[in-house]
Amino acid sequence: MFLSLTYRGPNATDLGYLLHKHPERVQSFPLNFGAAHVFYPVATAEQCQAVLLLDLDPVALVRGRSTEGRSPESAAPLAQYVNDRPYVASSFLSVAIRRVFNTAVAGHCEERPELVASRRPLEARCGPFCGTAAADWAERLFRPLGYQVALTVEQAPDLPALRCVMLTLSAETTLRELLTHLYVLIPVIDDDKHYWVGEEELEKLLRHGEGWLANHPEREAITRRYLRRGGPLARVALDRLLELADSGPESLANPATEEEEAGERRLGLDGQRLASVRQLLKESGATRVLDLGCGEGKLLRELLKEPQFTAIVGVDVDTRSLQRAAERLKLERLPERQRARLELLHSSLTYRDRRLAGYDAAAVVEVIEHLDPDRLPAFAAALFGCARPAWVVLTTPNREFNARFPNLVDGALRHRDHRFEWSRAEFAEWCAAIAARYDYHHQISGIGEQDPALGQPTQLVIFQRQEAASG
Amino acid sequence: MANPSAPLTIPDFSLVLLMGPSGAGKSTFAARHFLPTEVLSSDRCRAWVADDEADQGASADAFDVLHYIAAKRLAARRLTVIDATHLRREDRHAAVALARRYHALPVVIAFDLPEAICQERNRQRSGQRPSERVIRQQVRLMHQALRGLKQEGIRQLIRLSSEEAATAAELVRVPLYNDRRGESGPFDIIGDPHGCLAELEGLLDLLGYRPDAQGVPHHPAGRRVIFLGDLVDRGPHIPQLLQRVMAMVAAGSALCLPGNHEAKLLRWLRGKQVQISHGLADTIAQIEALPEAQRRPFLAQLEPFLDSLVSHYWLDGGRLVVAHAGLKQEMQGRGSGAVREFCLYGETNGEIDAYGLPVRLDWAAEYRGEAKVIYGHTPVPHLEWINNTLCIDTGCVFGGALTALRYPELEPVSVPALRTYVEPTRPLATPGSTGHYGCGELMELAAIAGKQHLITRYQPHVNLQEGQTAAAIEALGRFCIDPRWLIYLPPTMSPAETSQREGLLEHPEEAFAYYRRAGVERVVLEEKHMGSRAVVVLCRSAAAAQRRFKVEDGACGVIYTRTGRPFFSDPQLSTALLQRLAEALTASGLWERLASDWICLDCELLPWSVKAQALIREQYAPVGLAAHLGLAEATALLTTAQQRGLDSGALLAHYSARQATVERYNRAYRHYLWPVNGVDDLQLAPFHLLASEGAVHVDKPHAWHMTTLAELGRADPLLRATAWREVALDDADQLAAAIAWWEELTAAGGEGVVVKPAAFVAYGRKGILQPAIKCRGREYLRIIYGPEYTLPGQLERLRSRGLGAKRRLAINEFSLGLEALHRFVAGEPLHRVHPYVAGVLALESEAVDPRL
Repeated sequence: MFLSLTYRGPNATDLGYLLHKHPERVQSFPLNFGAAHVFYPVATAEQCQAVLLLDLDPVALVRGRSTEGRSPESAAPLAQYVNDRPYVASSFLSVAIRRVFNTAVAGHCEERPELVASRRPLEARCGPFCGTAAADWAERLFRPLGYQVALTVEQAPDLPALRCVMLTLSAETTLRELLTHLYVLIPVIDDDKHYWVGEEELEKLLRHGEGWLANHPEREAITRRYLRRGGPLARVALDRLLELADSGPESLANPATEEEEAGERRLGLDGQRLASVRQLLKESGATRVLDLGCGEGKLLRELLKEPQFTAIVGVDVDTRSLQRAAERLKLERLPERQRARLELLHSSLTYRDRRLAGYDAAAVVEVIEHLDPDRLPAFAAALFGCARPAWVVLTTPNREFNARFPNLVDGALRHRDHRFEWSRAEFAEWCAAIAARYDYHHQISGIGEQDPALGQPTQLVIFQRQEAASG
Repeated sequence: MANPSAPLTIPDFSLVLLMGPSGAGKSTFAARHFLPTEVLSSDRCRAWVADDEADQGASADAFDVLHYIAAKRLAARRLTVIDATHLRREDRHAAVALARRYHALPVVIAFDLPEAICQERNRQRSGQRPSERVIRQQVRLMHQALRGLKQEGIRQLIRLSSEEAATAAELVRVPLYNDRRGESGPFDIIGDPHGCLAELEGLLDLLGYRPDAQGVPHHPAGRRVIFLGDLVDRGPHIPQLLQRVMAMVAAGSALCLPGNHEAKLLRWLRGKQVQISHGLADTIAQIEALPEAQRRPFLAQLEPFLDSLVSHYWLDGGRLVVAHAGLKQEMQGRGSGAVREFCLYGETNGEIDAYGLPVRLDWAAEYRGEAKVIYGHTPVPHLEWINNTLCIDTGCVFGGALTALRYPELEPVSVPALRTYVEPTRPLATPGSTGHYGCGELMELAAIAGKQHLITRYQPHVNLQEGQTAAAIEALGRFCIDPRWLIYLPPTMSPAETSQREGLLEHPEEAFAYYRRAGVERVVLEEKHMGSRAVVVLCRSAAAAQRRFKVEDGACGVIYTRTGRPFFSDPQLSTALLQRLAEALTASGLWERLASDWICLDCELLPWSVKAQALIREQYAPVGLAAHLGLAEATALLTTAQQRGLDSGALLAHYSARQATVERYNRAYRHYLWPVNGVDDLQLAPFHLLASEGAVHVDKPHAWHMTTLAELGRADPLLRATAWREVALDDADQLAAAIAWWEELTAAGGEGVVVKPAAFVAYGRKGILQPAIKCRGREYLRIIYGPEYTLPGQLERLRSRGLGAKRRLAINEFSLGLEALHRFVAGEPLHRVHPYVAGVLALESEAVDPRL
C-alpha cells in the first residue's frame, strides 16, 4: 500500500516541484478512510525518491464513513475485519494518488510549468498485489504502454501457491502520464475485490483513461474488471447463514444463479433441454404442472407460452432465485389472466410439501445432482410417494459424456455444486428402482448429440404413474 | 320441554343455535348466559359488512363472516353461540354442517314465546324494525321448525316456552362423555381380547390385579384397566369375558371402549339386520349355549352396557387418547357420528384389498398430535410407536399375544396366546409399513416453515419469523444431513463482557462476575480448543442405527458441523474417525455404563485447517503475506528517510508497531494449522456427553462430563481430553490460580477458556443463564478483530460492543437444542424433534456481530 516514484538524473529534486511536495518534509494528508503520508527517503541532486504511503484505518474501514466501500463478494463473516485492504495496493491507493498528487495528475505545476511536459526516466514501485494472477496482469497492462516491468515475488511459507508481488515499472515518460496510468490500472490488477469509495470515484477513474485506454490491447478486460461489481451490498439474512465460518467460501456456490460450464454452453444444451421438456409435458396432456427446482425461471418462461398449461408452479429452495424468477418473468406486470396461471413457491424437495400434491406433471430439470446422494430417497418419497403427479420428466447429466468436455479432467463434474453425476447404467438403475417402488412406468432417453460410445450429454427419463396409465 | 326449576345443561363444547322470531329475547338471553366473545350475532355481522344491522341485502356476506369466525372457534374447540333467527331450514342446515365439520354437538335453544309477547317487544324497539306481519310469519315458521329438528341433525333441543322460563333459565355446561381430562391414571390399557379369557386373567395377574371379595379384579395401587374394545367374537369364552369386564367397569376398576365387533353385536341384539360373520356366529352360539337362567340376566345387562360405551376417552389433561381403532387429532375430545365411526373402524376409503377386507388408510403415519393415541383393531406382530401412536392389538385370538400398555410408564406387558383360535384372514402387518409409499415418515415442510412458535421446557417459548425459517429451509434442503440423524445443534456462545484491562478485550474475571451476579457459586473452566465445532451421533451397530434412528443405509453414525452439514467431504475420513471413537467407547466400557447402544457428543475437531482450508487460503494467509511484505518495505523506506535526517520518527514507530502486530498475527493463525493426511492427524475433543438411550445428560454437572469423556482419551489419544478445573467463585486463591492458568494457556498460543456454571443448566433470578461464556486470548483475537487490533487507539474503539443480542441468541438456541434432545430421547417422532433443530438454524440466520 505504497507507491514510490524515483527519478535519477540531473536536477533530480525537480520531482518535488512536479509533485508539489517538499522533499525535506514529511507530510500527512487525512483521507476519509485513513491517512496518506508523503516523504522522500532519497533527495540528492542525482536521485530523488518520493513515497506515498497509505495508512488505512482497519477499524474505520468497517465502522466509519467508508462502510459503503464493502466488498460485494466478501466471503466469510470476518472478511471485513481480517482483511487485506489495509495492506494491498487497491483502488484506495488510486484515490490517494488523485487526492495527494492532484496537481501533478492534472498536469499543473505553478512554479515550474515547463517541467510538466518533460519526458525523463522515471521508476515507480508499488504494491503489494496479492493473488496468483496479479503478476500476469501487471505485465499485460503495463507492457503495452511502454513500461519495463519487474516483479518481486513473495511466497507464503505455509501455502506455496499463494503469492504476493511488488511491481516496479520504468520508462521514459512524463510524471503526469505515469501517475494517470497507475491511477487507472492499480485497481485492475487488484483482482476483482474493488472497494468502491463511491460511484463518483469510478467515473473519475474511467475519465482518466481518455486518450490511451481506447487503444490498449486489454481495454476490454480492463472495462470488464471495472464493471464486475456485485449487486446490492445489503446482505440478506440468508447470506449470513450460508456463509458461516466453518463452511468456507467454496460452498457458497449458488446452483441456480451460476452459469453452466463452458462445455455445456457450447453445445447449447440448456436450450435443447428446455425445448424437450416443454414438448414432453405438452404431449403428456398435463394442464397443471410443477417445475421443481425452477431456479430463475427459464423453463417457466417456456411453459407460460403453452396455453395448455393452466396452472404452472415454480418451486425452489433458494428464495433469491425465486425473487429473480419473479423479476425476470415480470410477474408483477403480467396481465391478470397470465398471472393467475403462475405461482412461485419456496419449498424443499426432500421434505413433504402438501401444496405440491394434485398436479398432472412435474419437471425436474438438472436438479437431483445438486442433492447429496443420501438425500435422494427422501426426494423420491416426497415426489413419487407424496406429491405423486401423473407424469415426471427428469433430466440429469451423463457423466460418461464428460470425456468430451476438454475442461473436465480427472473426473471433474460439470458444476461445482454437483454432488454426483451418473453414468447411464447408474441412472437406469435408479430409475428402475423408483418405478418399482412407487408404481410408475418409465422410459429413458437423452438430450443432445449422440456419441456412439458415450451416449448423449443429458440423460432424460419420463415416469408415468401406473393408475394414471390404466385409468 | 324445560323444567323451569332445574338447570338446563349443554355440552361444554357445542355449537349453540338460538332460534326464534325477532323480539323473542335471544340477544338478551345470550348476554346473560354466554361470554360476549362466544356469541356471534348476525345483526352485528350485517353491521360490520354494511354499516346497517337491518340490511337484509347484506345477509349473505354477513353469514360468510359469521361462519368464518365460527369455524375458527370450533376448530379451536371453543363453544360458540350463533345469535340469528334460524327460522329457515337452510340457515340451520349451514350451521349443522359447520358443527359436523368440527365434530361439535349442534344444540338449539328455541324461544317459543307467544306471538303477542314478540309483537309487543318488537313495538318497543327503537330504529328500523320488522313489521307485525313479518313477526307473525316468523312465529309460524318457528312452529314448523320445531317439529323436524331431530331429522335435521340437531342433537339437543332446549325449548323456552314462556317469558318466565326464558328469564329464570339457568344454564350449566357439562363436559362431553369422552372428556376425562381430569383423570390421569395410572392405567393399564389392554388390546383386543376377543373372548380369550384365560389370557386376560393371566395378563391381569401379571399386571398385579387381584380379585376382591366379589371376585372382581382390583389393583391394590388403584390402577385401572382400559379395554380398547373387541371383547367379543372369535375366541372361546366370550360371555365369561364380557361378564368379567362388565363387573370391573361396574366396580370402577376398568373403563371400556366399544370395538367394531361390539357395535355389530349391539345391532344384532337390537334386532337389526346384520350379516352374521364367523366371529359373530361364535358369540351368538356361546350366548345361546348359556343356561336359560344365566342367559336372560346376562342379555338384560349386556345391551345397556354396550349402549353406554363411549367412543373414545380423552384423558390425563389431554395427553392420552384411547380409542378402539385410534383417532385423528382433529377428532379428539369431540363428538359426532364421524368421530364414532373413526373410533370403531378407523379410516377407510371404501376400497377392498386382495383379502376382501377394507383398505385402511394410514392415519397414524399422518398423525401430528400432541396426545399419545393408544389403540387396537389392527393386529400387529410387534409394538411400534408411530408418530405418538401405538397399536397394542398383538392378535391374541390369532395365536399372537394379549398385550397391555402401562400408562404413564409406557411399558408393554404381554402374555402369549395359549393357542391359535382363528387363522387370520390376512397376514399381520405393522401399520405404516403399507400404503402411502413411506410418506408418513417424511418430514413435513409445513412443520418448519412460516412463523413458528416453539415451546421448550427451559423457558416459555421461542418465536421465529418467516424469513428466519425460510433461511433454515434452504440450509436444510441444500446442505444439511438427513434430518433423522440431526437430533441436536449446538448454541452460539457469547464472550465475556469487555474487559477494561490495558491491552485486553476479554478476561475471565468478567465471566466470573456474570455468574457471581446471577447467584452461581461454582463454575468450571474448560480449555477452548481452536478447531471446528463437531457434533457426533454414533450407534454401536448398523442395527442399532436402524432401530433408534430409522436409517436403513447401513451407516452407524454421523459427524456434522454446528450448522448441520457433514463435517467431512470425504466419507472415508468420517467413517474412520467414527470407527476409532466406537472402539474407544467399547474399550472404556462406556456403552455398558450408559446402558445404551448410541451416543451423542458435542466436540471440537482439530486442526482448524481441516474445515477452514478455504478460509485460510483465501483470507487469512493472503492478509498475512501482503501485510508482511508491504509493511516490511514501508518500514525500510521510513528508516532510510530518518537516517538522512527527516522528521519521520513518529511514523517509523507507528509502522514498526504495525509490522510487529502482523508478525504476531501470522504466528497466531499458523498455530492452528497442521497438515492432515489421514485420520491419525485429526484430534477429536469431546466436551459434552449430551445424550444416550433414555437419558439427556444435562442433569449431570460438567465435572461428570469431563471425567467421563477423559476415559475415551485414555483409550485412544486421538480423542483429546480437555483440560479443565472447577472453581468456587468466592475463593480468591482459586480464582487467581484460574486466571493464571488462562494467562498461561493464551500466552502459549491457546484460544482461551470457556467458563460454565458447574451445573449443565443453571438458573438465575431472571431465568436460564448463559450455558457458557468464552474468554479468548489476546493473540487469538487477532484472527477475529484483525492483526492490528491491539494498537493504541484501536482497542478503545473496539471496547464498545453489545452482547445483548448474542446472549439472547445463545439462550434461545441452547433451549431449542436441548428440547430437541429431550424429545428424541423420549422416543418422540421426528416431526416433534426436527422443528427444534431447524429452529436453531433459523436463529443462526440472525445478524449478530460475527466477532463475538
